[in-house]
Amino acid sequence: MRNRGRLSLRVPQPKHRPGDKADFSNVAVPPAGSVERPPVDVKARDIAGHAYSMIRVLDDEAKAVGPWNPRLDPEILHKGLRAMMLTRAYDDRMYRTQRQGKISFYMKSTGEEAASVAYALALERDDMCFPSYRQQGLLIARGYPLIDMMCQCYSNARDPMKGRQLPVMYSSRDYGFFTISGNLGTQFPQAVGWAMASAYKGDDRIAVSWIGEGATAEGDFHHALNFATVYRAPVILNVVNNQWAISSFQGIAGGEESTFASRAIGYGLPGLRVDGNDFLAVYAVAQWAAERARANLGATLVELYTYRAEGHSTSDDPSRYRPSDEWKAWPLGDPIDRLKRHLISIGAWSEQQHEALTEELTTLVKETQREVESIGTLADGSRAPTQSMFEDVFKDIPWHLSQQREQSGA
Amino acid sequence: MPAMNMIQALNSALDVMLGRDPNVLIFGEDVGYFGGVFRVTDGLQRKHGVTRCFDSPIGEAGIVGIAVGMGAYGLRPVVEIQFADYIYPAYDQIVSEAARIRYRSAGDFHVPLTIRTPYGGGIYGGQTHSQSPEALFTHVAGIKTVIPSNPIDAKGLLMSAIEDDDPVIFLEPKRLYNGPFDGHHEKPVQPWAKHPLSDVPEGYYTVPLGEAAVARPGRDLTVLTYGTMVHVAVAAAEEAGVDADVIDLRTLVPVDIKAIVKSVEKTGRCVVAHEATLTSGYGAELCALVQEHCFYHLEAPVQRIAGWDTPYPHAFEWEYFPGPKRVAQAMRRAMEK
Repeated sequence: MRNRGRLSLRVPQPKHRPGDKADFSNVAVPPAGSVERPPVDVKARDIAGHAYSMIRVLDDEAKAVGPWNPRLDPEILHKGLRAMMLTRAYDDRMYRTQRQGKISFYMKSTGEEAASVAYALALERDDMCFPSYRQQGLLIARGYPLIDMMCQCYSNARDPMKGRQLPVMYSSRDYGFFTISGNLGTQFPQAVGWAMASAYKGDDRIAVSWIGEGATAEGDFHHALNFATVYRAPVILNVVNNQWAISSFQGIAGGEESTFASRAIGYGLPGLRVDGNDFLAVYAVAQWAAERARANLGATLVELYTYRAEGHSTSDDPSRYRPSDEWKAWPLGDPIDRLKRHLISIGAWSEQQHEALTEELTTLVKETQREVESIGTLADGSRAPTQSMFEDVFKDIPWHLSQQREQSGA
Repeated sequence: MPAMNMIQALNSALDVMLGRDPNVLIFGEDVGYFGGVFRVTDGLQRKHGVTRCFDSPIGEAGIVGIAVGMGAYGLRPVVEIQFADYIYPAYDQIVSEAARIRYRSAGDFHVPLTIRTPYGGGIYGGQTHSQSPEALFTHVAGIKTVIPSNPIDAKGLLMSAIEDDDPVIFLEPKRLYNGPFDGHHEKPVQPWAKHPLSDVPEGYYTVPLGEAAVARPGRDLTVLTYGTMVHVAVAAAEEAGVDADVIDLRTLVPVDIKAIVKSVEKTGRCVVAHEATLTSGYGAELCALVQEHCFYHLEAPVQRIAGWDTPYPHAFEWEYFPGPKRVAQAMRRAMEK
């Protein structure tokens, strides 16, 4: 007779759904300053604990504390604050623009601005970024013209992508921003390959990539970690754990049993878990990993622990799958608010200055939008010449494409 | 000039390109110290150093993903996928990435990548070492697909592929590596040394992409084919007693439409032959092109000969393989009307 129990299938479920009270009491938040900062040449296995803890610099009073405090000049903090605020103002405006029917699609990065802006400021200007679709803060922090970003979203005659890509799928070699793919995770091994090429050429530039926690389930994530380890590639691999992959909570990607940073351990890479809403902590970790990479010591996997404050894109309604007040209950707060409070606490900022800057940036975005709309919108027929849709498939247009261009009447 | 088999010719192409361009580097499974399971990269690591030709983890998606990043940096990676049958894990990186990066970035980035991979049957490889997946790549906008049929072309086409600024899928007919093969598996294997197209120049030269060659000139009917089937078609023409104009396409995308039209207008009859499965195969594209461009010159329906629409069955290799007998039958059908 069989005496074995019956099996049952587990399907992970988030703690709260619409109508429930948001509760993050299960999220362990270590005190700021409590995690050790090892030397950059540390052996990965000696800091395995870092993958399960959380590097934090800003404490509850917005004071910078502990060994990871990067001790930045207020000038850099002002830059970071401005870029994060401009990113948010731009996101808000583009979201409304989509709701007005002027652009087809949009993706906000609200609440996650530090994950890209702090990196942009910590890296060298010519380090190559391989972002996912929610790192627009990189372009903004690196000073890419806002008008070009907006024209891309409008797919108008000045769109640098010539109307070939969905809004937010930017590309700029000059600003070290690799062309965004809508296929998730593909940029991760590409960043490793770019970094290997840099090492092969004896260059001193490094590559940095971002992937959502949901997309870590893709094979590309694991290929990237494996190749990065094998060839000791000078690359920083970031998992932006914003808790939600469209409507799937991070447990569906395997985040309930272990942290995403801990994925590094099996590959022999350092895995650092960071308060992703703490500008100073993200900056400090980026600096550490960049220094390690530039010293030819190889890759670092970083989990940026954060929260996606808005929907995945303009195509989903988050109130259908999570409590609408979840963002307010998020224990790590808002990266802009935390940096603002820190600047005020060190006497380098004030509420009045903050209000004035908010006003200035809102106006800047509005004025840029006016300029963009004077160039034209997709609705009023402004776009790249139709014949250009046959260009750049190949370097030179082959016979079959030139024939099809003729047939199209373009 | 020394006679080279196709392996030696491909090896020579890689050796020459490694010597000419420091941005060329090679990696893939077993390609480094060992020199590849088919020996195509033999000796290259020893001669050019470990960072120019090295082993990779077994992860085709990773291999191509890494190569895309290297190409974006400015290198000219040449990667080997050990068998074309193993290329599917890399399909997303090829189709959604390598093929699209120039277009989606409006020319801001491009990927000069060459993916070499042995394809086709005839070596008792079973269903996982015998496939011909060319149509999966010719269907994708933004990649070129190249298939040589002899050592001189193999070397010249590979050097063109490496110099090309677009991604190229370079399919190597593995049954032709060591000698020409006309489909008569029961006959002794012939070495390349006896074949005039094994007279491979030692140094640098190129065979341009997008240009077909006439493998056998004739007046009765046109055969459009590539790879191993070029040799099968030539043998079939003799056996059928048909004066066939056998066109070796060499590049499938962009295909040499002028050579196709010129031949079919001359002969008025056409057979399309490939080893890959029939349905939605590249032969369907060739039939459509002939119909679109040469309809009023056709005197009979275009005949299509291909592998059966089954996986490649190990013990039934020669029932599956579209050998000279089946090609000759197709030729006779094309000559009937």
